[in-house]
Formats: sequence, C-alpha cells, structure tokens
Amino acid sequence: MQLEQMYQEIILDHYRQPHGAGLRDPYDAETHHINPTCGDEVTLRVKLDGDSVQDVSYESLGCSISQASTSVLTDLVVGKSVEEAFRILESFQEMAQSRGKVPGDEDVIGDGIAFAGVSKYPARVKCALLGWMAFKDAVVRVKEEETS
Amino acid sequence: MTAVQAPSGLDLAAIRGDFPILSRTVREGRPLVYLDSGATSQRPRQVLDAERTFLETHNAAVHRGAHQLAEEATDDYEAARAKIALLVGAEPEELVFTKNATEGINLVAYAFSNASIRTGLSADSERFALGPGDEIVVTELEHHANLVPWQELCRRTEATLRWYGITDDGRIDLDSLELSERTRVVAFAHQSNVTAAIAPVAELVRRAREVGALVVLDACQSVPHMPVNLTELGVDFAAFSGHKMLGPSGVGVLYGRTELLDAMPPFITGGSMIEMVRMEGSTYAPPPQRFEAGVPMTSQAVGLGAAVDYLSAIGMDRVFAHEQELARVALDTLGQVEGVRIVGPSDLTDRGGAVAFVVDGVHAHDVGQVLDDRGVAVRVGHHCAWPLHRRFGIAATVRASFHVYTTVEEVAQLADGVRAAQKFFGV
Repeated sequence: MQLEQMYQEIILDHYRQPHGAGLRDPYDAETHHINPTCGDEVTLRVKLDGDSVQDVSYESLGCSISQASTSVLTDLVVGKSVEEAFRILESFQEMAQSRGKVPGDEDVIGDGIAFAGVSKYPARVKCALLGWMAFKDAVVRVKEEETS
Repeated sequence: MTAVQAPSGLDLAAIRGDFPILSRTVREGRPLVYLDSGATSQRPRQVLDAERTFLETHNAAVHRGAHQLAEEATDDYEAARAKIALLVGAEPEELVFTKNATEGINLVAYAFSNASIRTGLSADSERFALGPGDEIVVTELEHHANLVPWQELCRRTEATLRWYGITDDGRIDLDSLELSERTRVVAFAHQSNVTAAIAPVAELVRRAREVGALVVLDACQSVPHMPVNLTELGVDFAAFSGHKMLGPSGVGVLYGRTELLDAMPPFITGGSMIEMVRMEGSTYAPPPQRFEAGVPMTSQAVGLGAAVDYLSAIGMDRVFAHEQELARVALDTLGQVEGVRIVGPSDLTDRGGAVAFVVDGVHAHDVGQVLDDRGVAVRVGHHCAWPLHRRFGIAATVRASFHVYTTVEEVAQLADGVRAAQKFFGV
C-alpha cells in the first residue's frame, strides 16, 4: 500500500484535529485562495507584530492534505520572524514540488516532512501548498501596505 | 481483468481485447479499473490503426492540392464526416470539424458576437445580432464549456444571461424560469456530465420555438453513450468531442442546421474558408468549409470516423443499455454504503451512465486517492461544473463514468473502495 506513505499519521492527526483553525481578529491582511482544478478554498488571515508572525487563522474547505498542511503551517510560522517563516515556506515548497526527490529538512520544516510522500503525486501538490500560498500572499500584502 | 459478465449481451471480453490500455496495471501492479470515460474514453485498436493507416498511405493537406494524395486524404476526411453525420442523423454539410466541443460552442458564440458588430456582413447574419435587452438562457448544471462562452458573449454584446435552476435530484428545473420574447438562445446539456440526468430536449425545444430562440445542445455526454438523432431532436446547434466517443483528441464536431450555418458569419478566418480574396476584403466559402479555416486535423477526423464505425457495429442502443446496467449496479452497490450520497437521479429514468457522489466525512480527493491506490481511476473535483456543485453546497464529488468496455465487476469495486476510504479515514 502506498497510501500510508502519502497519508502519514501526522497528516491524519492534523486533519482530524487542525491547529489554529477558525478566523480571528485582529488581522492585518486576509487572502482567499482557491484550487481551480478541484474547488478547494482557504480564507486565511495574518497578524504581524512588527517583523514577527503573531497569528495565522483560517477557514478552509478541502481535502485532508490541504487541511493538514495549513494546520502544520500555523504550527511552524506563528511566533517566527517573517524572514524565518519565508525560509520555512521555501523549504516546504521545494520539497512539495520535488516529485519525491527532496525529502525535506526536519530541522526547518518539522512536521512538514510528513508531506514528502505527497510530492510524488503531482495532482496533490497544489493541495499541500494551498494554505502556504495564501499565507505568503497575505504577508506580502501587509508588507506592501506598510511601504505604500 | 478477465471478467466478461454483461447482462446487456455484449461480448465484453472481445470488446476489451480491442483496447490495449485496459490490460495494463497501475500503482504497483494493480489491474487498471478505468471509470473516467466521461472525462476521456479509451481508444480501440481499430481507431489507432485507422489513424496509422491514413498517415502511412494517404496523408496530405485536405481541400487543397490536386495531386493523388491530396485527393485521397480529402476523400478520407469527407468520408469520416459522412459517417459521423449518419450516426447523429444529420447531413454531412451540417457538420463542422472543430478542435473539440468547447471550440464548437465558442464558434457559435463568436458567430453571434461577430454578427452583433453589424458591419460589412450579409443581411442574413442579422438574425444572429444581439444587443442590450436580449437574453441568453443556460442552466445551472452546465459544464463550464457551455456556460463561460455565453457569459463572455453577454459581456461583449450587453445581452443578459439567465438560467434554469436545478432540482434536488440534479435535473433542469423547468419551473424555475420563463423564457421571454427577448430570449435569443437556449443552451443546455443533453446529459449532465455530473448527475447524468438526460434533459427534456423536446420540451425545451418547444419552449424555445415558442419565443423564436435558437437551441444549442451540448451533446458531449450523449452522442458517445446513446442513440442521438439531432434532426429529430429539432435542435439548431449541437457540439460533441471525438475523444469522449472512443475517438482521438483534437477533433470535435459542431452540428448546425444548414439554413443557420448558411447565414452565420465565420469565427476563425484565414485559408481555405474563403470564396474570393482581394486586398479590400473577402467573401467566404459555403459551410462547412467557412468554419474550417486553416489546414484541419485529418488523421484525427479519420480516427473519429473509425470510432463511429466501431460504435455503430455494436449499436448505440446496446451501448446505452449496457451503461444503464452499469449505472444500476453503481447506484445499488453505492446505495448500500452508509454515508454515501448520490448527486443526481437515484433511479434510471432519463438517466445516463455517470454516477457522482459524496462520502460524508471524507473529501472527494481523499476518496479518489484511496480508489487510485486500488487501481480504480475516477474523476474527483467539480468536473468543470462548479455552479452545480455550489447549488448542492459541496466543493467536490467523486464521479465514476463508463463506456462500452466497462464491466459490472469493475463498477462493483467502487463500493469496496469507498468502504476502504471510510475505514482509512476513520469515519
């Protein structure tokens, strides 16, 4: 069975009990990302405190992979500096898009390495990245507003 | 897969033997169970051979050139058109080869659009001109291919888009809309690509006629799966794709009544669709050539002709009976699984072969992944019918769809796979 490789226990745990779920106030930016091939969506809010990520809250409609990966995202980036959060994001994205070639660095992406198996299924990579791209977009928006 | 059981009386072992891909394995050696024919069907050796033979012996650009190969290629291309015309009860000159059904529908929409510009066109084209206040009517269950082109046409012409809603069992709700004297086009799917509900074509045509509107039929999920006579249906236009009816991709067909194609301005312009070209302007060839600009697909058209031969030899009535039997098995077996909800009619009345469903507590993508792990290929998502899914308050469904090579045993594996998914995700 290849299923267990893809749906690691960590993923199923996050899916059943997602961390940081729900939309919370206050927030600096809100984004809404969709996966046009399957219709999955996430609404995600980011609250920054100076240069650090104070809160990430979200509401999502989607498969176990997208739900779990957004849950893992909140664990990894909340409390980190924006720079550090983006380093984690890049590392996660590199693994997710590697078609199984990059195992992922546990020191950087923690539970995120559970999604290494997902990267072997091209149709599911977007699911794994849905919340992450919404987060990236939200932070970029906050930064743009700060500079304008 | 050696199963041959077919209550519909088809020799499935022989049929399956014609489709080389069906004997392969997937995901660590599991026999392929292909239940995604609604997205694209597989092709029999006869179609593949027809394409190869054409390319090895007759290939040339059609409708140009006077050498022997050009003659032979043109004959093969036109013979394919004639075969397809016979299948759908039309005259050959009423069929335009397009890239696919999407292009066919766009061709009609752009003809309306071009007619609406009203400059330099024949008086005949005036009947296609649209403006503010005119209405185009679709339904909420349409595939995006029969929705977005009409949205865009409305945007360009300032016409208004209106639509029939959907009943709880996934049919067009005829009580949800009244056509008006300003309704110019009524466009709808012959068979829903999600719910498999077959539209009441006669009634919709009657209503359109009453107000003088033209009827555009999306026949993508009907022509490949059931007997269809477009002339008897009385529709004005119809579009279908080759790759959903055992034929090649890259070829589709637009049907238009002669009188309408004669009056319609072209969509794509250029070589081989002209009558006379001068620097100051050009006149256009009669249909169907007017709508086939550029060197068209040829081996694909020939392959589609071979697919029509293949289907005709079996008989479309038997294809339909077979698929209804498969739908019955799917509805029966899935109906026994707790937590499964069918999106679409739960019985076989006016219903084709596709079966879409949701599993409570397990997202369609996850169900699909478990099925895929067992070698069962289904479609998951919104199947390019997002508004339909929104109407039912769901993001995605699992859709199993069949063709003449699908067996009862394959369909029965669906329910087992769904139970496995429920177990895996602990619901």
